[in-house]
Amino acid sequence: MEPIHEITLTVDGEQTTRRVTARRSLADFLREDLGLTGTHVGCEQGVCGACTVRFNGEQIRACLMFAVQADGARVDTVEGLTETGDLTRLQEAFHRNNALQCGFCTPGMLIAASDLLIRNPDPDREEIRAGLSGNYCRCTGYHAIVDAVAEAAQNGKEAEQ
Amino acid sequence: MKAARFDYIRPRTVQEVLDHLAEHGDEAKVIAGGQSLVPTMNVRLAAPAVLIDINHVEELSGIEADKGTLRIGALTRHAEIAASETVAAHAPLLSMAAPWIAHEAIRNRGTFGGSLATADPASEWPACATVLDATIHLVSARGTRQVAAGDFFQGVYETAIEPDELLTHVEIPAIGEGYRAGFSEFARRKGDYASVGVAVQGRVGASGAIGRLLKRGEGRLHDLRIAFFGVAARPMLATAAAAALEEQPLDESTLKAAQEALPTDFTPMEDLYMSSAAKAHLARVLLGRVMTTLYHGEGR
Amino acid sequence: MSEKPPLSVLDRPNSYIGRSVPRPNARRLLAGRGQYPTDMVLPRMVHVAFARSPFAHARIRSIDTEAARAAPGVVAVATGADIARLCKPWVGTLDHFAGMKSPPQYPLAMEKATWQGEPVVAVVAESRAEAEDALELLDIDYEELTPVTDPETALDPATPVIHEDLGDNLCFSSRVDAGDVDAAFADADLVVEEEFHFPRHTGVTLEPRVITADYDPSEERLTAYHGSQTPYQMQDVYARHLGLAEENVRVLCKDLGGAFGIKLHVHGEEMTTCALSMMLGRPVKWVADRLESFVSDIHARDHRVRARMAVTAEGRIVGFDVDDLTGVGPYSVFPRTSAVEGNQVIKLVGAPYAIEHYRAALKVVLQNKNVMSQYRAVGHPIAFAVTESLVDKAAAELDMDPVAIRRANYVPDDAYPYKTASGMAYEQLSLQQSLDRLVEFIDYEGLRREQAQLREKGVYRGIGLGTFVEITAPGAAFYGVGGARISAQDGCSMKLEPSGRVQLAISINELGQGTETIVAQVAATELGVSMEDIRVTTGDTGSTPYGGAAWASRAAAIGSEATVRAARALRENILEVAGAVLQEAPADLDIRDGQIVGRESGEERLSVAEVGRVGYFRPDTLPPDFHPQLSVVRHYAPQGLPFAFTNGIHASYVEVDVETGGVTLLKHWVVEDCGRVLNPKLVEEQARGGVAQGIGMALFEECLYSEEGQLTNASLADYLVPLSSELPDIHVTHVETPTQYSEIGAKGAGEAGTAASPGAIMNAVNDALRPLGARVSAMPMTPERILTALGRI
Repeated sequence: MEPIHEITLTVDGEQTTRRVTARRSLADFLREDLGLTGTHVGCEQGVCGACTVRFNGEQIRACLMFAVQADGARVDTVEGLTETGDLTRLQEAFHRNNALQCGFCTPGMLIAASDLLIRNPDPDREEIRAGLSGNYCRCTGYHAIVDAVAEAAQNGKEAEQ
Repeated sequence: MKAARFDYIRPRTVQEVLDHLAEHGDEAKVIAGGQSLVPTMNVRLAAPAVLIDINHVEELSGIEADKGTLRIGALTRHAEIAASETVAAHAPLLSMAAPWIAHEAIRNRGTFGGSLATADPASEWPACATVLDATIHLVSARGTRQVAAGDFFQGVYETAIEPDELLTHVEIPAIGEGYRAGFSEFARRKGDYASVGVAVQGRVGASGAIGRLLKRGEGRLHDLRIAFFGVAARPMLATAAAAALEEQPLDESTLKAAQEALPTDFTPMEDLYMSSAAKAHLARVLLGRVMTTLYHGEGR
Repeated sequence: MSEKPPLSVLDRPNSYIGRSVPRPNARRLLAGRGQYPTDMVLPRMVHVAFARSPFAHARIRSIDTEAARAAPGVVAVATGADIARLCKPWVGTLDHFAGMKSPPQYPLAMEKATWQGEPVVAVVAESRAEAEDALELLDIDYEELTPVTDPETALDPATPVIHEDLGDNLCFSSRVDAGDVDAAFADADLVVEEEFHFPRHTGVTLEPRVITADYDPSEERLTAYHGSQTPYQMQDVYARHLGLAEENVRVLCKDLGGAFGIKLHVHGEEMTTCALSMMLGRPVKWVADRLESFVSDIHARDHRVRARMAVTAEGRIVGFDVDDLTGVGPYSVFPRTSAVEGNQVIKLVGAPYAIEHYRAALKVVLQNKNVMSQYRAVGHPIAFAVTESLVDKAAAELDMDPVAIRRANYVPDDAYPYKTASGMAYEQLSLQQSLDRLVEFIDYEGLRREQAQLREKGVYRGIGLGTFVEITAPGAAFYGVGGARISAQDGCSMKLEPSGRVQLAISINELGQGTETIVAQVAATELGVSMEDIRVTTGDTGSTPYGGAAWASRAAAIGSEATVRAARALRENILEVAGAVLQEAPADLDIRDGQIVGRESGEERLSVAEVGRVGYFRPDTLPPDFHPQLSVVRHYAPQGLPFAFTNGIHASYVEVDVETGGVTLLKHWVVEDCGRVLNPKLVEEQARGGVAQGIGMALFEECLYSEEGQLTNASLADYLVPLSSELPDIHVTHVETPTQYSEIGAKGAGEAGTAASPGAIMNAVNDALRPLGARVSAMPMTPERILTALGRI
């Protein structure tokens, strides 16, 4: 029989204990074991960025980590970050600028964008493009996404003042 | 695709890791950041029976500088190196190269030791380690040993690591007074593995101790170490090109001589998108560019 | 009595038409609460994985499934023969393509595998991982055969014939011949010619192809949660090929992670998954992994085009002569075929220009590579890269400005209606006006000055133009006349809720392009209520009217017309009830802001909610035999010409690093005319996304095949799609030439970005390289190709 591991981790602020096989990816664990389908799977190679989540506060690819490795960790997904309001400014700006079409890349894009704004609250367009360069969007051509992140940064600055 | 089944072990100390390696041998695979290993597991090109997760072995992490040596733990993340002032002060080449590695999410997870142990011929750290003459520290139940970077990389994804060995840390001689670093690469997209890349370190100044005192031979290149990556099965030290520049000021003719010496150093291997001839050409171009910025001090 | 109500939705007060209203349904996607088909989970659901042919061409000698059947978690193992017992094969031909041939295709390979990646055996297990474990235990004995991998030699007698019954590897050929081409070229002062190469690329939707098939044997009902942009077509295909009653097949697709024409073809994996669900009587799910996507999602393009253009000394274009050889897979794809792509190329070359002499020949040949079919902007990017490249080449030889040669040769804005030499009928285009707008939009003169100044400093920048004429919103001319059961019409139903709010269901589905938003805009405007009061449902064959759904840019043009008709009918019915309540003539009433008002006075008389209350709960208060009709459905089929042609022009500004061969895109501009613009922001986003895909074709994307027919870059790391750092800002502006054949006048906008961007970029790169005497005519324009053109390697 395939060995089963019991893991306890904090997902979106809620501590949860589950039994998983070692080969269960963190992305599949979030989607299939916890039903958090906001985290998407696009390539299982770490390339597309659709599965980007926060792991102990830093953005990572959930497809390149096994759930068993996340035992004891804190994981934040688009669902949780929406609830806490961490993404509100970006989500509003994405909505106003229509910075999404099919929306499949959007959760990962939001997490990458929020990470960028934490590191650099006032990025120019080129820095925004560099900050999102690991997240694949096939629909938009990125222009509106760059607009939205720039607008969110601007609104963030105004809110600080 | 989903990974093949495996057993998972999470040791806390190097000794535990070594015990597991001794027990499982090449059935086992060490996972650090997993940014290269997991993609291959996810397509079942790698299917280790046992995965030894070293992410909780604290002694493997960290950056320290002491007595002219920079020590980087194997588990140190790319992002930590990119942000480290200690690294910037002692091995600026690494600070220059770090932003070229993949993307932020990958840099948060991928590790220095993992990248060296993976030895992707188009990746940045092996070339930097080669230029910096890094010493790679390996340990096994049989004892410890040190391997010079120049001997460590042996082929495509092949290194001097034995199946029972663990890469614990790397020691890099701190950059000397008057030395400069340069880094450049050409990739089709931002964050991709390089088509061709080059890492350089050397001194620009006067010749010898007395020369320095008398400012004799000011503005000449010394002790250049140049390594190309993405061109061969492992990082290639361009010794002939470096020799063409040694003790020379950088001008059009010395640069041309160095570029023309490159075929002596290596004949590039083609990849999916680029022929050997194109890579050879790009190597010449990048050498010119990196040397120009290094020489004029824009590299630091 | 007052005068008649306004005739057109365009005359309605408080109009949403032409406003950049944000998409209401984007909120759930932003919150991570989208409902994509990959998210689907059903009780007792099992997972299928496929063993695929490792060879491009091989005979299957034997398949031993015994060990796989015994593996942990395995529920079933099925071979081609097993699935063929449940699912009839299909043939990807259309009747109006004379002489076209393609053999019957089965869901899984039968005697022969004909491309690397063709599904051969299906394994069903409790988990996807266990299904993949069992794949490793299959023993399939293949006898390798010589693969056909070069279109140039596909028809040589020495080349093996992939399907012996067909006699040769020719799938389709066609010719267009108008005017006197030989004489035109003989008389021409200048003939420019070129051989172009456009290799295969593919759609790379971020959400892969996916289906969960749920067959209930007790009712013989199949419910398919299928990532499809054409649910009605798939309902028909599943019913016919699986032997089910059409009304017992329901196809659902709520949110969809990208389509672009990839998700409207019949692929064997989805058919097999449905058959397996019937076999097992339980839900079966298949999600393509990325490797599977690369080897089994349709590929696109793959053309070698030889073309020449005849020009007078004054720069007057007189004719084109075109030869297109396009290589497809071993089967023509069902039901849209693999011939429409090439057929559009030979219709569209030269399309913006007033020319009399036109000849084009097409050969579509079968190969042992993944199947090939329609992807965004079918044929257009090829046709316009060829056309616009030749136009720039002629301009350079005649020392004319690229703007001037276009202005002199476009079909003039006052020449419509117009029929092209290749037989296409244009209602009204705005080529000259669009060009004038572009020149101003990009400050063409200023850019040229900047380019000249930088060139003196050794910086090589180029400006490229790319004109397009785009086929959108087709009626039955595309498929219906060829015998394909693909609806050319669409339907919209609307229901007044007792609360006064409205449920709208439409057969056009939402792919992220904004269908649900624009139909709500149109419905709210025509009905006289707020957009917030309209809830739109799409993507469910069980609860929406029948229609074509989302392909060939039909949502705005056809969907909005069905919607306006349904909304008008519902308004009239609401006013009838209101009239009965108020004892006034319905024609004297109107609906504004959710209130029944006097048509003339604007005075509020009654809320729509009150009509709902009375209509549903107190019909006893209404006159005898008066039955409120508060649900309506209306359909719309495109009228007038077979296609709604649109047009526009792109400009690309690039910098070429002539030492590395690297191209940096500095900026891209689009002037597009899709007729009436319902929502400018959404049109702009269609253009931008389309441009990004065109940029992929121009500079990055290529399915690399070895001579043995192995796809060598089947991963997202090796197949290069452009990302944020590679793409430039893309600026879009509109010219509006509404079609007179419909009430609103909207045409399609989905292909405009892709149609002309590759040609514009190719022209920009060649403009940058021209001072160095170099020229590129193969895509993608890689550093390797540019360095070769420059003679550096």
